[in-house]
Amino acid sequence: MKAGRHFSCYRFSRVLLSVPQTDTRGSVDLSKFPVDRIRNFCIVAHIDHGKSTLADRLLEMTGAIAKTEKNKQVLDKLQVERERGITVKAQTASLFYHHKGQQYLLNLIDTPGHVDFSYEVSRSLSACQGVLLIVDANQGIQAQTVANFYLAFEAQLAIIPVINKIDLKNADPDRVESQIEKVLDIPKEECIRISAKLGMNVEKVLQAVVERIPPPTGSIDEPFKALVFDSNFDHYRGVVANIAVVGGRVNKGDKIVSAHLGKTYEVNELGLLRPDEHPTQKLFAGQVGYMVAGMKDVKEAQIGDTLHLQNQPVEALPGFKPAKAMVFAGMYPVDQSEYPALRSAMERLTLNDSSVTVQKDSSLALGAGWRLGFLGLLHMEVFNQRLEQEYNASVIITAPTVPYKAVLSSARLIKEHGSEEITIVNPAHFPDRSVVAEYLEPMVLGTILAPDAYTGKIMSLCLNRRAVQKNMVYIDDQRVMMKYLFPLNEIVVDFYDLLKSLSSGYASFDYENAGYQAADLIKMDILLNGQPVEELTTIIHRTRSYSSGKAMCERLKESIPRQMFEIAVQAAIGSKVIARETIKPYRKNVLAKCYGGDITRKMKLLKKQAEGKKKMRRVGNVDVPKDAFISVLKRKEK
Amino acid sequence: MRRALPAASRVLSCRLRRFSTDIVTEDVSASNNLTKEASLYVHWPYCLRRCTYCNFNKYVPKDNNGHVMAECLQRETETLLQLSQVSCITSVFFGGGTPSLAPPSTISIILETISKHASLHDQAEVTLEVNPTLEGRSKLVDFHHAGVNRFSIGVQSLQDEDLKRLGRDHSSAEALQCIREARRLCPGRVSVDVMFGRPSQTFESWEVELSELLQVCDDHVSLYQLTLERGTQLFKQVQGGNVTMLDEEVVSEMYQHARKTLHQHGFQQYEVSNFARNKSGSLHNLSYWKGRQYIGVGPGAHGRFVPLGEGGVSREARTQTLEPDVWIREVQERGHGTRRRIQLSHLQLLEEVLVMGMRMTKGINHKHWELFSPVLGLNEIFGVSVGVRELLQSGHLIMDDRGLRCSWDGLAVLDSILPVLLVELERILLADTRRFFLVV
Repeated sequence: MKAGRHFSCYRFSRVLLSVPQTDTRGSVDLSKFPVDRIRNFCIVAHIDHGKSTLADRLLEMTGAIAKTEKNKQVLDKLQVERERGITVKAQTASLFYHHKGQQYLLNLIDTPGHVDFSYEVSRSLSACQGVLLIVDANQGIQAQTVANFYLAFEAQLAIIPVINKIDLKNADPDRVESQIEKVLDIPKEECIRISAKLGMNVEKVLQAVVERIPPPTGSIDEPFKALVFDSNFDHYRGVVANIAVVGGRVNKGDKIVSAHLGKTYEVNELGLLRPDEHPTQKLFAGQVGYMVAGMKDVKEAQIGDTLHLQNQPVEALPGFKPAKAMVFAGMYPVDQSEYPALRSAMERLTLNDSSVTVQKDSSLALGAGWRLGFLGLLHMEVFNQRLEQEYNASVIITAPTVPYKAVLSSARLIKEHGSEEITIVNPAHFPDRSVVAEYLEPMVLGTILAPDAYTGKIMSLCLNRRAVQKNMVYIDDQRVMMKYLFPLNEIVVDFYDLLKSLSSGYASFDYENAGYQAADLIKMDILLNGQPVEELTTIIHRTRSYSSGKAMCERLKESIPRQMFEIAVQAAIGSKVIARETIKPYRKNVLAKCYGGDITRKMKLLKKQAEGKKKMRRVGNVDVPKDAFISVLKRKEK
Repeated sequence: MRRALPAASRVLSCRLRRFSTDIVTEDVSASNNLTKEASLYVHWPYCLRRCTYCNFNKYVPKDNNGHVMAECLQRETETLLQLSQVSCITSVFFGGGTPSLAPPSTISIILETISKHASLHDQAEVTLEVNPTLEGRSKLVDFHHAGVNRFSIGVQSLQDEDLKRLGRDHSSAEALQCIREARRLCPGRVSVDVMFGRPSQTFESWEVELSELLQVCDDHVSLYQLTLERGTQLFKQVQGGNVTMLDEEVVSEMYQHARKTLHQHGFQQYEVSNFARNKSGSLHNLSYWKGRQYIGVGPGAHGRFVPLGEGGVSREARTQTLEPDVWIREVQERGHGTRRRIQLSHLQLLEEVLVMGMRMTKGINHKHWELFSPVLGLNEIFGVSVGVRELLQSGHLIMDDRGLRCSWDGLAVLDSILPVLLVELERILLADTRRFFLVV
């Protein structure tokens, strides 16, 4: 049905479009597209610079979709993508384009725009030979523009700078061109000025794709070799893998092997994505499409894996770096009775997002849940939002933490762990100072772009976050690009929000991982009347312990109800108390009032308190309501 | 204590009352009397004005319908007495609203009605709440003649400024006069209601006020804490930032100070808010706290009794219709204005017995508990709980041969203790039910 609907689009084709030749079954004859008439490219941009709008125009102009008013972010299928104006899940669309008497197959591989998803970006980039780097003609170069540029640059792709939104009143393409020249070292002349919204000059973009991006290498005559660069899960067909055919050809019915697992599969279905699935009989070298081959689990279609024909082994393509979780957070159902529903929602969601790591966890206060690892903060937010929107699950998410490391000094422990260096995600496993040579914390290299009026404020914010300035350049006469080395821990909670608010929204921020650095880390306990509260133990930098301990004690004081005795709320490092709040005991808690026989209301109130009491967690002799834990552990609402 | 039999109406009511000897029910015979006896509360819903803090069910009357109200109160008393089938009314309490606005004849008619349908000993406690205005004071004699033998006087404060702010329609001088007059009529049977925690109060002013009060009061004092209730004028004032409620700590100190001071003056605290000397405790209120049956008559009145008259076997929580006009119509149409009836489960009954009983300084003795829970004693229910043990160890609770009760300190934090006890009660009772089913 999907394909059928798709064919109907041809009726709206424009002059530009030439109907591709189809074989007798009605599918495209892809053998008519040798490697030199194929271009694989993607679009990268800072958020809201118009990537999806340009994609919509490209799809319309090549007849992949009908030109209507409704085409807004066609490739962004998820509600969260449309709402946030971001792309989370890469999509692919094959476009047919006529240029100088030749028909070309242009494979647009859509990519996520945020560096959290740089893993997804790098997967997509690896299937491409070029990128369209979009920059907003008004906003100019932003942090993600720079990050994306470097990803493409490192992958040695052809880069076509596109200045979008030139129709805007405040557009200043001249300024943006010089920024591009200065920061990215791309000659001004290479920039294409467009308005994706109005379709202005978009034709030039298509021409540039053909003329400036090299065709994929590889030949139809080689043995079949393909790269898996993405995968989805479909309930009926199993895994749907997105593949880029690097060499040779593959037919429906072929027996193929996954180089990584060595498992053999039969190709049940092949096709192009335009962007809906469009089945074909074959895929040829240089082409990009999807494949269904009876894989039952996304783990069987490892991103970066190489596929080849049975009995025709090839040298595997250089593997991808596996996604590494950099931000961890606990996730718990608001009500334990919702655990099974939440579990199934999580399972379904992680089927399509293999970059989330999931570990069962259980907290005495919050019940059974999971410890999830995310690529970054946005990734975490998107995951949470998808759970809520697509699966209607409401969850408690704890404040994010980062994976620390410890270099062990004790020979016994090194033997026990099998290595000198261990990663610590759970504070309960934090090894004592006495058995550790040094602790390490993850670092990131952050890029901040902002008008120079905010430089002072931004510098003091960064200093506050233990950041070290690496670089600072004026990208034009008003805008500054600063690079800072941050401890990741310092930016995971509220850094971005603060940056945005102190710069009136003008600063943009992006970061890339920058390894580990030695750090003076300590374990901080929270005590209630001397009893440690396990779930509130945190690993923290020594210089942060006092303020953080104080804040936690204050929040607990606010949310633990007064009891009949005094409660000492303390933050401690080892045996040393560094912060304390006292919850005074009730001296009077009884309603001194005549009821006139009306005790119903009072009974209800007492019963409610009794019910609440049952649900409280006891720490020593102190009853702590779940809300108190939530208020301390939960990520603060924005 | 014995009073001379006065006035004509009293003679009349004595003739009509069936005499009974067991006015003070002892625990020995209590089990039999649980459904045979009840106390009776009559609600007079009208006030001349609204006090700023009050959220009780009261109405400023539009027209003079005292006559209809009297008729309906009488009618509902009849209906509910028949429904309950009690043979003895142990005490009567006229509350409100402002019951001292009611014509004394109404009081006498109601008392006569009670006597017609159940025995009401001529010494049975009959209390009337009095608003100490000139009108209230001048009617005391007539109320006394009508059969009232105990007055509860709504003094609230001895500071005229405060009285004004609270919306009271009397002065402190009038209140003192009223107390004198009431004491003359019913010596040893006059109670004063005083309110602490008022926004303009200080600890020092409370000290002074309390010692002044001790000089004029009789043998019973009720201390009520001013609480902020939704829908009152005071609530709006506080929300609007015009009035600030006192700090909890100060209110606690006021309460503790009053407890100590009253104790020093020979007053025994027998309940959270109530203090008496010379054995002048209110029997009517004690019967609530002891979990006895009570019948509520009048708009918005609450009752707890077994409707034996229609074959009921378990106690019901009953509420009468709130709005006087609607209530009147209902009573005229079907003899009563009961709006809500909820059958109390065994657990709910025990919960009420526990919550009410623990308000008394004597707490709940074993026999008292056994009356309601013959199988599971206090020890079985509360003896094994960790939470209760902690309360015993911390000295907030006492459990011994006499029963279960709060310590001096414990009583002041009763609302923190009760949830612990309620959790335990429910747990043991549910476990017991399961065991019962397993055996069966």
